[in-house]
This record gives sequence, C-alpha cells and structure tokens, in this order.
Amino acid sequence: MAVAGMPEHFEGLPENVVVSRLDELGSWCRKNSLWPMPFATACCGIELMATGASRHDLARFGAEVFRFSPRQCDLMIVAGRVVMKMLPVLQRIWQQMPEPKWCISMGACASTGGVFDTYSVVQGIDRFVPVDMYVPGCPPRPEQLIQAIIDLQDKIQREGTLDGREFLSAQQQMTKRALIELPILGQGFSQP
Amino acid sequence: MTEEHTTGEQTTEPEQKVFEQIAAQFPGLAVSAFRGQTRVVVSRDELITLMQTLRDEYSFDMLVDVTCVDYLNYRGAEDRFHVVYQLAGTDSGLRLTVCLPLNEPDLNAPSMTALWSGANWMEREVWDMFGIRFEGHPDLRRILLPDAFEAHPLRKDYPLQGRGERHNFEVLRRGEG
Ligand code: SF4
Repeated sequence: MAVAGMPEHFEGLPENVVVSRLDELGSWCRKNSLWPMPFATACCGIELMATGASRHDLARFGAEVFRFSPRQCDLMIVAGRVVMKMLPVLQRIWQQMPEPKWCISMGACASTGGVFDTYSVVQGIDRFVPVDMYVPGCPPRPEQLIQAIIDLQDKIQREGTLDGREFLSAQQQMTKRALIELPILGQGFSQP
Repeated sequence: MTEEHTTGEQTTEPEQKVFEQIAAQFPGLAVSAFRGQTRVVVSRDELITLMQTLRDEYSFDMLVDVTCVDYLNYRGAEDRFHVVYQLAGTDSGLRLTVCLPLNEPDLNAPSMTALWSGANWMEREVWDMFGIRFEGHPDLRRILLPDAFEAHPLRKDYPLQGRGERHNFEVLRRGEG
C-alpha cells in the first residue's frame, strides 16, 4: 500500500509495520517511562505525594515509579524551598542521575524562592541547575503537576534525540536571566 | 528587691520565697518579675556559680533553652546582647529566666555544657546565629548554616536578604555530569 511521502523501497511492507525515525522511537519510549526522583523539601512535597497516590494516579502517565536513588531516575522533581545547605546536595543528586534527565521545578519556592526572600533560601533553583518545566502555585495542585509532566512528555517527544544532542544546544546552555541580573559575591563579605 | 509590673498572673508565695532566697544568696543579681515570670540578670563572672547553685541547691535540673536577644537600637537598652537561659525544675515546677548581658567586642560566655549536656546544640545555635562564643564548649561549630557561612544572620545589623551568600554557588549546565 502506498502512503504519501513514503520512500519507494518501503512499498510492499505489511500493514502492521510502522516506519519511524530512531530518535522519535527513543523519545517515545523515554517519555512514557519517566522515573521521578522526588526532591521534596517542604510543603509542596505533600502535593507531590498526592500526585503519586491513588486518587490522582500518576501511573496513568507512566511516571509513577518514584525512586529514592538518583541512579535509577531520569526526572528530578524539586518540590519545596531549597536552602543554602541543601543546594550542594541537590546538585550532587542531579549529577548522579544518568543522562538523559529532566527537571521540574514545582511550586513558587523552588522556582523563585517564593515568599522566603531571606539570606539562606536559594532564590530559584534554576540559577544553579537546569530546569525544564516550572509549575506555578503554592502549592500547585496535583493536576498542575500532572500537566507539567504531560507537557514535559510533549517536549521530550518533540525535541528528544537518541544521543541527547538537544541538551547541548545553545538555547539549553544559555545562562538564566537571574544569574545575569544578580551580583555573585565572593568570600569577601564582612565578618561582623 | 523584686519590682513588680504585674497585670496578669502573680508569682505564687512559695515561688516568691525561693526567688528571694536566691536573691539573698547572690546580692549582685538584678531580679525582676513580669506576669508571674521571674528573671534575673547576672554578670559573666557570677554566671557559672549561679547556675551551679541553681542546679544543685534549688533543683533547677533542666535547661529548657539557651537563646539570645540582640538589643541593637532597642529603646532604653543598655547592652547589645542578652544570652537568655531558661531553667525549669521538673520536680518543683519552678521556672526561671537567667540573662547574661554581653557587649562587643568581648562576646564570650562560659559554656553550660558541663552542667547540662543539653546545652551543647543550643549553644551552637546561638554561636551560629549571633556569634556568641561559648568558652569550654566541646564542639563549637555552626549547626544550622553551612560551615562556610561567615556572618551571624540573626544580628540586627545583618540584612534580611543576606549579603549575597545565597547566590554564591557553582552553576550546573546541561550536558555536564
Ligand atoms: S510553594 Fe508554597 S507549598 Fe510549595 S514549598 Fe513553597 S510555601 Fe510550600
């Protein structure tokens, strides 16, 4: 059966054969088997748990296997505020996750620091780790988190490549807005 | 001896007796009471003896809290810091607040860890937040903030948003690691 746009040498294939690109096939597998790493540091973590529980049932979207070892995960969900002492831990966990990996910043605190504009709270984790999806809210409802995961799945399907080329694109490497605006001070601040 | 500005609860009579006894034993103490809560202000030299006596003779067997108040720009305040010890007697039901005034540059206080081992972490927190050094403390490290932190953020002259410490991290990018 001839399909429009199909190269000639595919003609005559049985109907149960689907032709695709390897990148797309890989992304399709990846997007439907996200294994989240729950980095829940505060109240948003409760909504994250609710998302995984039976009522909202994250399993419907293939992302219910929460693992507490970063080695087994490919999606970090940061749910809650991150303080100075926690950020190195977060970065270490992010580095321990095998590629390809994605990150969702869940809630106002993880994305911007929220109302905690104080000396010890990191004002948005996107200043120090790459973030793919931001979920607004305080806390976001489980539906919002599920929407973020669906959107992330779309993104993976759209731009995913088998060897992770998309992660190296100039846009992905761009420094975040916040880092340009704010001064980064050295160790020189004064000792009272 | 005891100046009263009470509008609410009063100190009960047996309690009153104990506090008067303490005041008689340590004439240097400034004793005051407010709403049934008694507070003594003690000098640094007398602190250890006072605490030892309170624990051994007046059965204040529990150090509930060690904390600190920064009185910078506070109306009528004479001293910059007060280290505040909250004592309780688990048998007698008595409670007592002991204040130790400190001024810069000499922000040293004797450690209470020898009397109550529970003072250990509380004193570390006061060191972390206010920069009061506790002499004789077995392990005076920061307890809440990262070790590399240099300021003492609960001091009134420290800005709420910090001095940029929270932006001082390495940036991880895509495709690294
Ligand atoms: S965004 Fe709101 S719910 Fe989430 S961690 Fe911050 S304060 Fe808690």
